[in-house]
Amino acid sequence: MRKVLIVGATSTIAEQAARHFAAAGDALFLTGRNEERLAAITDDLQVRGAPTVAARVMDADDLSAHAAMIDAAKAALGGLDTVLVAYGTLPDQAACAADPAAAVAAWHTNAVSVIALLTDIANRFERQGSGTIAAISSVAGDRGRASNYVYGSAKAGLNAFMDGLRHRLFAAGVQVVTIRPGMVDTPMTADFDKGPLFASPEKVGADIHKAIEKGTAVCYTPGFWRLIMTIITALPRAIFHRTGL
Amino acid sequence: MSASNYASWGRYPDSRPADVRRLAARPTALPAADTSMLAYGNGRSYGDSCLNNDGLLIDMGGLDRFIAFDAATGILECEAGVLLADILELVVPQGWFLPVTPGTQFVSVGGAIANDVHGKNHHVAGTFGRHVRSLGLLRSDGTALTCSPNDNADWFAATVGGLGLTGLVTRATIALKRIEGPYMDVDTLRFSNLDAFFDISAASDADYEYTVAWVDCTARGNKLGRGWFMRANHKPALGQQPDPRRRGGPTFPFVTPVSMINGATLRPLNTLYFHRKRKPRSRDTQHFQPYFYPLDGIRHWNRAYGPNGFLQYQCVVPHADARAAIAELLERIAAAGAGSFLSVLKVFGNVESPGLMSFPRPGVTLALDFPNRGPETFALLDRLDEVVQAAGGAVYPAKDARMSSTAFKQYFPATERFKAFVDPAFSSDFWRRVTGEDS
Ligand SMILES: Cc1cc2nc3c(=O)[nH]c(=O)nc-3n(C[C@H](O)[C@H](O)[C@H](O)COP(=O)(O)OP(=O)(O)OC[C@H]3O[C@@H](n4cnc5c(N)ncnc54)[C@H](O)[C@@H]3O)c2cc1C
Ligand SMILES: NC(=O)c1ccc[n+]([C@@H]2O[C@H](COP(=O)([O-])OP(=O)(O)OC[C@H]3O[C@@H](n4cnc5c(N)ncnc54)[C@H](OP(=O)(O)O)[C@@H]3O)[C@@H](O)[C@H]2O)c1
Repeated sequence: MRKVLIVGATSTIAEQAARHFAAAGDALFLTGRNEERLAAITDDLQVRGAPTVAARVMDADDLSAHAAMIDAAKAALGGLDTVLVAYGTLPDQAACAADPAAAVAAWHTNAVSVIALLTDIANRFERQGSGTIAAISSVAGDRGRASNYVYGSAKAGLNAFMDGLRHRLFAAGVQVVTIRPGMVDTPMTADFDKGPLFASPEKVGADIHKAIEKGTAVCYTPGFWRLIMTIITALPRAIFHRTGL
Repeated sequence: MSASNYASWGRYPDSRPADVRRLAARPTALPAADTSMLAYGNGRSYGDSCLNNDGLLIDMGGLDRFIAFDAATGILECEAGVLLADILELVVPQGWFLPVTPGTQFVSVGGAIANDVHGKNHHVAGTFGRHVRSLGLLRSDGTALTCSPNDNADWFAATVGGLGLTGLVTRATIALKRIEGPYMDVDTLRFSNLDAFFDISAASDADYEYTVAWVDCTARGNKLGRGWFMRANHKPALGQQPDPRRRGGPTFPFVTPVSMINGATLRPLNTLYFHRKRKPRSRDTQHFQPYFYPLDGIRHWNRAYGPNGFLQYQCVVPHADARAAIAELLERIAAAGAGSFLSVLKVFGNVESPGLMSFPRPGVTLALDFPNRGPETFALLDRLDEVVQAAGGAVYPAKDARMSSTAFKQYFPATERFKAFVDPAFSSDFWRRVTGEDS
């Protein structure tokens, strides 16, 4: 039985992943900003088989709240061995391009706060000599593109951070799992026209659960994104700059 | 999903909502809209009852959370977008089953309530709505009602079978049924004509919880109404057995350019199926998945009917004239060379339906698919309506895209009473059609 902390548990993708943990009989501690939604998800995961589900309201942007939240999760579950950081925002790129404060805010949520959380967790897991740390990044972090480079660069920062963390924690036996979804049909992409490249949150949630079970270092989901991103990152600039990506 | 993805199962008629709102959390108020609104469950209705052209569709797919389940009593509470498939996955391993299930498990709880759906056990269990202990209804005037057979009973009766028109069903509590395991004892018998069907059916109702028949809709004369009768019970415990998972089955990949069910394939398919087994009777053990949901094995099989889609016709005729009426219906279908491969006959029981507008009532029900061949198909269905109207029967709105408002009012005599419960902010393509309103 795992003891899992999910930060940003009201995320559509996180909720799908959580259902797999629940069905496997894992204990769960959920955080999110919306108390009612956390309560509804708590009930659901209990019915689906999680022996313990506890929840706590926390805005992840508030870095000073992190340590107490992790302590509470440990206390509620009687320890902690798995963390999934799932929250994120997809900022309006035009607004971020126009306003430095908007760009920094996007970085704060998608990179800075995640790095703060993972640092605290990493130290704890290193001391206990075990555990799995997973966070949802994005294929957008593989190459900066005009359409979303503020978001993409925050995820890129997270990717490099997690690569280094994985390197550091290898000796301690702690797994670090970077999840890189492609486009997923969730409220985050509500305003997008959904083409064939869009995946369902069910599929991505199932892939996340599998990657955590296996300790996969970098998980592209759905898997075909690994190929797409290999091509996109290999495109010479002269060609890349002419695309509308 | 874009607006074009919100179709009905028959892929007819073409209809496009002006807007779609996908709910992610249980709402405390309805979305604001300048147009009419309608809940969209999982689009497994065949015709236009789940469509709202130029209006707002409220996609219930995100309201798929369980709220509570008591494995000792089998009482399950969940959000209205939960699919019956999700319920089965949760409860079958714990020894419970749906009290009533339609022929596909990819139906939402809200949709099952709004059409007060029935299954092969109608003769003993009645409709789905009979097993609903309570439901939450959100109305456009801001009220949130808890409805049950005892509380707000009038609203309960209007909402069960209420075609999604009384407001938004947000959650429901259902009483499940105990089973010992996932397997079924199935007894399959060939019958050579309609009289034989009625005899077998009458002889089966007392001993079999589930009864249904497949009929060869191309057979005529003394073979009219021939087919296979399938009767079954849940099997007593077998011990641990692997569960074949059905959700990962193949998907019908594209809409075929022409219907694969057509004049050239119809007769051979039916004849082959009638003669599929040498022995006129067989008994076997089947997992509940292939038994209840043979069609769910191939996702999007509706695409095989080609770009014009198809119409389903399901009617019920009262016992008094049932034999003659069903014979006349089958004769009209066979004479037209219409119909398809999926023709089903079942005797409904006398268990009263709880909804004002519920379709099931005592009698015999016949359901078939018709590839949409344009005016000739519609003309045939009108000729079938003549028979049903003369017999004092009814046609099932969940499967309808074309019945006239006159026919509707005759089939559903409670319509005028029901109108008082229709939420003024709600409407559907179906409702505008059968009440003759403009959108
Ligand atoms: C292969 C197949 C076999 C079938 N077999 C049977 C059968 O044996 N017996 C039977 O009775 N039916 C059968 N049906 C029909 C099906 O069960 C019904 O049409 C059912 O209502 C579909 O549910 P849905 O969730 O897809 O809802 P939709 O088709 O999306 O909507 C149906 C109606 O429910 C309303 N609705 C949905 N959710 C809500 C909500 N939350 N609040 C208020 N209103 C809501 C909609 O507005 C609409 O009026 C079958 C369908 C298929 C495709
Ligand atoms: N959808 C995609 O196409 C896609 C693609 C690649 C990667 N991703 C990544 O996948 C993750 C999950 O997103 P999703 O698609 O599931 O979208 P979602 O359903 O909109 O979930 C995003 C979640 O993040 C939460 N959140 C945002 N800021 C927060 C904060 N400061 N503190 C706490 N929670 C906060 C939101 O909470 P509230 O409900 O309280 O706002 C919401 O629950 C994100 O990291 C996203 O970047 C998504």
